[in-house]
Amino acid sequence: MLALIPFGLVFGVTASEAGLTLLQSIGYSLLVFTGSAQFAAVEVLGDGGTVAAAVLSGLLLNLRSLAFGVVMAPAMVGSRLRRAAESQLMIDESVAVATAQTDLRWRHYGYLAGGLAVFAMWNVTTIVGFSVVSSAGDVVEDWGLDVAGPAAFLALLWPRLARRDQQATALVGAAIALTLVPITPAGVPIIAGALGVVAGRVPRERVRGSTR
Amino acid sequence: MSDGSITLFVLFAGTYLLKAAGPVLLGGRTLAPSIARLADLVPAGLLAALVAVSTFGAGESLTVDARAAGVVAAGVALWRRAPFVVVVLLAIAVTAGVRVFA
Repeated sequence: MLALIPFGLVFGVTASEAGLTLLQSIGYSLLVFTGSAQFAAVEVLGDGGTVAAAVLSGLLLNLRSLAFGVVMAPAMVGSRLRRAAESQLMIDESVAVATAQTDLRWRHYGYLAGGLAVFAMWNVTTIVGFSVVSSAGDVVEDWGLDVAGPAAFLALLWPRLARRDQQATALVGAAIALTLVPITPAGVPIIAGALGVVAGRVPRERVRGSTR
Repeated sequence: MSDGSITLFVLFAGTYLLKAAGPVLLGGRTLAPSIARLADLVPAGLLAALVAVSTFGAGESLTVDARAAGVVAAGVALWRRAPFVVVVLLAIAVTAGVRVFA
């Protein structure tokens, strides 16, 4: 859990560089509350991308929340309203803590405890990260802080490169994105990176002759 | 309302729907394997695109500058299984170093 502290700090730094206000940055961490989607949307905005491009890249990155929700559904008990409220904590870490438990009740407790701990830590560190950079002024480039975003994205990507299909997806996604940078509006290359899945899926789909 | 705020609220709504769909609507049923696989694979493509564009992008053109050195250092640190904080600090230090000495 402590490993998340620098992540929140870096998000605060990235949000500040992208020109967001402190209130907006906190809003992302309170409401969106999914590290990678926040990062992606803010990065696209910072590059001058449209609202649609920022939202779409965040949502595509967050498709896994849907899968998490399905995995957690049997353990999420109580009224519909309570289940709806607790769903806000549906992130990698809370689901990881939960799925380490075999008993459904403990799975629910683990989800809540893990989720709430990250929620608190994430928001505090967002504020600290944002404030540090804001008070530092224009030294962002001199310090090399502009590389914090790319390094953080690489760290998020790393665990997703274990399998061959993931590696193929990542390579092709990056190639498509770089190719599009000079010819499309900002943000579009990021979204187009999702098309890398075509490469990742080819080995299994070839049998049926499907194109995706 | 600024772009930052509109993005915030629309992304919040969309993200929340994705998070809550399972617990609120599905109950104990499972997701189709093809969708589950796609949801697992898409982030790899998007994150790789983010790494590439935020490292080499400069407006509407591509460039190789001190950021690339920092990201390579981050990659080495990740390969050596360094914790996240080391990865980011090393990337920052290398990028700052290249800017000072180059």
